[in-house]
Amino acid sequence: MSRLALLLRRDLRHLLRGGHGRGGATLPLLFFLSVAMLFPFAVGPDAKLLARTGAGVIWVAALLAAILPLDRLVEPDIESGFFDQWALRGMAEEAVLSVRILAHWLSFGPPLMLAALPAAALLGLDAAQLRAVQLGLLAGTPGLAAIGVTIAALTAGLRGGAALGGLLTIPLAVPLLIFGAGSLQPGGEGGLALLAAASLAALAIAPFAGGAAVRALRE
Amino acid sequence: MQPCRLAATDLACRRGDRVLFRGVSFALDPGAALHLSGPNGVGKSSLIRILAGLLRPFAGSVAHEGEMALADERLALDGGLALGKALDFWARFDGSEAADRAIAALGLRDLFDVPVRYLSTGQRKRAVLARTMASGAPVWLLDEPLNGLDTASGAAVEALVAGHCAAGGIALIASHQAFALKGLARLELAQFVPKFVPELA
Repeated sequence: MSRLALLLRRDLRHLLRGGHGRGGATLPLLFFLSVAMLFPFAVGPDAKLLARTGAGVIWVAALLAAILPLDRLVEPDIESGFFDQWALRGMAEEAVLSVRILAHWLSFGPPLMLAALPAAALLGLDAAQLRAVQLGLLAGTPGLAAIGVTIAALTAGLRGGAALGGLLTIPLAVPLLIFGAGSLQPGGEGGLALLAAASLAALAIAPFAGGAAVRALRE
Repeated sequence: MQPCRLAATDLACRRGDRVLFRGVSFALDPGAALHLSGPNGVGKSSLIRILAGLLRPFAGSVAHEGEMALADERLALDGGLALGKALDFWARFDGSEAADRAIAALGLRDLFDVPVRYLSTGQRKRAVLARTMASGAPVWLLDEPLNGLDTASGAAVEALVAGHCAAGGIALIASHQAFALKGLARLELAQFVPKFVPELA
């Protein structure tokens, strides 16, 4: 098995099952579903209002769910010396973090798209809206994963880094949220294209920004 | 064993606004072992990290040939996994065949089913050393390899290092403790501490 495949397998095991003594991938998912469930309780059973706002709520819930695993994305591996050992073996931080972004996305992106089905039912979305939400999540969640790993690398080693990471992720994710919600409007294909573009830009920058952060922490 | 060499030229290390040491030079050829000694805080670990390429030297340069393996206070083993599986990750990653001898010599076979986070201090140290020695790298950088080890394990480590050097490998041991090894050269880091430290304005 190649080194990258080994890394991916290890990352997935940690993120899905919850290594390092922390929760696995089910926690963000349950969080996502609870938000979708609580929203109708909070605004009342007005089907029209729910149908108009529901898709936006799914996006906000997805963003919040992506923040939950931030503190176990990078920090534990720096703490326990894994990044040092990879560096000694000539493994670039950028490669390790690219694999981590993929693993992080796999652990929350597709599960979130699956959970969006019951969430859509709870919020009374119709088939066209559900399709727009799913396409948007498919285009946007990789970007959320990239931003999450970057922020996790930047805040690793800081006291209270987990809380700070959550706060820093929100403004960076605003473009994804705006284009994601925009793609839900009638004729929102432009929004979807912009969402995919923002997502790709985040994916392109993330490994390099994160790698620089991990190296800077050694000084 | 693949060809190896490790040489330091006029190394200096600065942490914050203090220069820990300067003017450190040495060259190690295959089969050589060097004991880096000195009191706590003199910069032994920093020097090891500089040699490993993890820390930039303030001055001077490091030249090395052959892969390096580092054993420091960081475990780099997954706490939730059984020890056998945690070591297996690195064995696969390194694709090395040398794993069994070190693991058997350090008495880790019996601990293979124990989750890494339940290991005692001495057992952790042995696990780190096994991970390092099993990597197949010809240059070993060992930071305080005898810390927390009982007499028997200490002797086992000394024997493993002796075997490694006899096979043409290089070992660099940073420790404030004595390390029993034939032909072990010694470098006292305290003599490279600058005597006069000017105030940095």
